[in-house]
Amino acid sequence: MNLLRFLKPRDTAPVARDRLQILLAHERSLVGRSDLVAILREEILAVIAKHVAIDPDKVKVKMAKGETLSTLEVDLEIRAPSNTRIALAS
Amino acid sequence: MAQVVVVTSGKGGVGKTTSTAAIGAALAQEGQSVAVVDFDIGLRNLDLILGAERRVVYDLVNVIQGHANLSQALIRDKRIETLYLLPASQTRDKDALTEEGVYRVISELRERFDWVICDSPAGIERGATMAMRHADLALIVTNPEVSSVRDSDRIIGLLDSKTEKAERGEWMEKLLLLTRYDPGRANRGDMLKTEDVLEILSIPLLGIIPESQDVLRASNLGSPVTLNNPQSAPARAYLEAARRLKGESIAVTVPRDKKGFFNTLFGRKAA
Repeated sequence: MNLLRFLKPRDTAPVARDRLQILLAHERSLVGRSDLVAILREEILAVIAKHVAIDPDKVKVKMAKGETLSTLEVDLEIRAPSNTRIALAS
Repeated sequence: MAQVVVVTSGKGGVGKTTSTAAIGAALAQEGQSVAVVDFDIGLRNLDLILGAERRVVYDLVNVIQGHANLSQALIRDKRIETLYLLPASQTRDKDALTEEGVYRVISELRERFDWVICDSPAGIERGATMAMRHADLALIVTNPEVSSVRDSDRIIGLLDSKTEKAERGEWMEKLLLLTRYDPGRANRGDMLKTEDVLEILSIPLLGIIPESQDVLRASNLGSPVTLNNPQSAPARAYLEAARRLKGESIAVTVPRDKKGFFNTLFGRKAA
């Protein structure tokens, strides 16, 4: 019995789990849930653009999913001169 | 106020219809009033699993199109008087399901029952999206196997974006029903374990239904497994899952089929 165990190919379930984890991490970033990041990006951009001049290409929105905590990271560049002008005007 | 539950999976053949019939019957056996609704237009089977195939006169599409009212289309189970079936149409196609029509039928069912359980067709097309559209809660039926887990993940994405609840910005509750589970193969490392599936899908577990010939036997006879053989391992697992759904807290175990020693050890109190 023990000898047969040695001859047996290695367990397949861990391979299945690892393949799924890699595949789904990729698919989740492409479909469904990624819509949320795209929508957030658009709307955040629109709100900020109302008040300050921003370059749409320099806005980064990232979402990271953790075990107990997920984070939304918004990284954008605001050009200093226009920012000052708006601040004075308001 | 009724709870509207969608039983869905993405992948076909994992046990959606069996689970709809078993959970629906189990809730009705607990004294709840239950309507099970077949959304698999053109390929209905819930009627057959419940043994009501010769009693279908009107169907969901007839009600949606106004050719029959709900009371005419609902079929009352002959064994459990609080269990009703709303069958799917066998002749129309899935486009017959209109958004407003489905909303109207579900709203009316909500008024009349404690539970409305919608059996989704496989896939992610209209029948499936309509079945989940107005749900309060989703049961994700998954086999411990890679393609089923992948499709369940896709369905979870849809439940979080395309349902009425999600569109209102509310949280869609999703529970995992792991079916056709073989503890022996999982322990030998040849089948994904419960923990693996839970970790990958990250949704709470409602129950584990062991692989069992009792499921096929029950379907042969047109009787939900919880009624046909309530002492069998899958029946006990479904009965427990239904009680959890009602809010009871019962630890999830894998009921075993083995008679004698194991039954005295694990079986009696669960059934």
